[in-house]
Amino acid sequence: MDIRRFPGTRPIAWLFFAYLYVPILILIVLSFNANRTATIWTGFSLDWYRAVLSNNDILSAAENSLIVAGAATLASTLLATLGAVGMARRRFKGQSAVSAVLALPLVVPEIVTAVATLLFFILVGLKLSLVTVIIAHTVFCIPFAYLPIRARIEGLDPSLGEAAADLYANELVAFRRITLPLLWPGILSGAILAFIISLDDFVITYFVAGPGATTLPIYIFGSIRMGISPEVNAISALMLFISILFVSLSHILGRVTNR
Amino acid sequence: MLLDLPRRSPAVARLLLIGPGIAVIGLFMLIPLGLMAYVSFLDRGAYGGVVWDQHTVEAYTSFLFERNLDDSLTFNTDYLQIYLRSFLLSLSTTLIALLVGFPVALYMSLAPAKWRNLLVFLVTVPFWTNLLVRNYAWILLLRTNGLIDQWAAGLGLIGPGESVSILYTPWAITIGLTYSFMPFMVLPIYASLEKLDFRLVEAAYDLGATRLKALARVIVPLSLPGIAAGSILVFIPSLGSYVTPELLGGSKGLMIGNLIQLQFAASRNWPFGAALAFTLLAMVLIAMVLYLTRFRKLPE
Repeated sequence: MDIRRFPGTRPIAWLFFAYLYVPILILIVLSFNANRTATIWTGFSLDWYRAVLSNNDILSAAENSLIVAGAATLASTLLATLGAVGMARRRFKGQSAVSAVLALPLVVPEIVTAVATLLFFILVGLKLSLVTVIIAHTVFCIPFAYLPIRARIEGLDPSLGEAAADLYANELVAFRRITLPLLWPGILSGAILAFIISLDDFVITYFVAGPGATTLPIYIFGSIRMGISPEVNAISALMLFISILFVSLSHILGRVTNR
Repeated sequence: MLLDLPRRSPAVARLLLIGPGIAVIGLFMLIPLGLMAYVSFLDRGAYGGVVWDQHTVEAYTSFLFERNLDDSLTFNTDYLQIYLRSFLLSLSTTLIALLVGFPVALYMSLAPAKWRNLLVFLVTVPFWTNLLVRNYAWILLLRTNGLIDQWAAGLGLIGPGESVSILYTPWAITIGLTYSFMPFMVLPIYASLEKLDFRLVEAAYDLGATRLKALARVIVPLSLPGIAAGSILVFIPSLGSYVTPELLGGSKGLMIGNLIQLQFAASRNWPFGAALAFTLLAMVLIAMVLYLTRFRKLPE
């Protein structure tokens, strides 16, 4: 008997992958449906995408989403890169506590973070706006940007830095000429993940976005509440495309450079 | 010289590197969490908000008791029921995810090496897509006259015009939660199975074990760390979920997350909302600590 086979696991695995992807595929198929009732297929049409792209509310929500995701990605990736470089140097006392703080946004349930952040903004008197959304997003994007960068640093050959020191490069020069170029794939991969996480966030944004700071997920949530519609299908499918595109990019980046 | 700083004083350099990130998380997450705990002990203002110098445990007593007009307290299980429901739904989600996730992870870990990376990638992709959108897809499937009804009618399982009607029931919530968080179960189990030394399984077979026995006595015990990690990673976000019960659960399917949100929207009872969130955080941290002390050596 083939000891590396467990009969029964294959059909379960196939069913699992079907379960994972069928709802997503159905949503995408229905977004091209000509019929107004959203779940009965009558023919192919791009009408709902046209409707989405000419809807000013959606366009301004998309603009807000891009501003927030762009700013939060820049800030969190910068902080995460510095942090990862600092953590990769000699071990120090309290390192595990620092690690725990960096991972904190992953552990605390989103709804709790949302409540705490909202109360904080209100009590320090910061008016809810795109700025408060960007701050909140920066915080929870840090661990997502940090982890790939940290993994990349762990994989670096320490003798490269030593060689640079032997050649009289001071640490800043060695960092700029040796470490940073080698780190780029990790930084880019982290930035992409931070960008998707920010773009897709709903719960925290829902709490800390003031009027006029509607992002795409908040717009989608509002529309779903009003009932299902072909426009929601189309905008949802667009969100799926963007996420899948970016995560594939990050995946390819990680594989090409790890060889 | 600034350029020599890293070599001359590594501690200062480290502070400059790690400090900013820690400061941002500290200022905008740790302090807010502390503030939230503080607010939970304050009196609520008459028109929402809080009264800063009035300390009270009212938020916590109102979790269990209702205050009558004459200031006496009656035991009230409404909120307790919501916590219990959240707990049970998260538990059943975790169990279903484990029962399905383990065979899937086993299949993945035994697949040819060239396929494994692709399979892992396929498991992770849904995680990176929008949670709202993924749950919305289930509305399309589950709603009355939705796709599942159409298919069931097509197969003759239900009459035309009839409905399976599981949208807005606990079943729909369980389906949605399992769908949302299942990858978190598969990946850690896969990680521990992939490292498993298969010679141990061969040894079990040589000693006359059947497949089931080898599974129960060798494979499952050796993958326990992955099973524990996966269970924690599914249970915690399920317990704190907001989107799934909001979209698939209907008005009778409130979970902790929805109850918390209500305190900041309709009810405007911040201290109570803060107390609920703080209780949820405590439950999550206890689960984390139990997991860490049992399954992982504490770091350092």
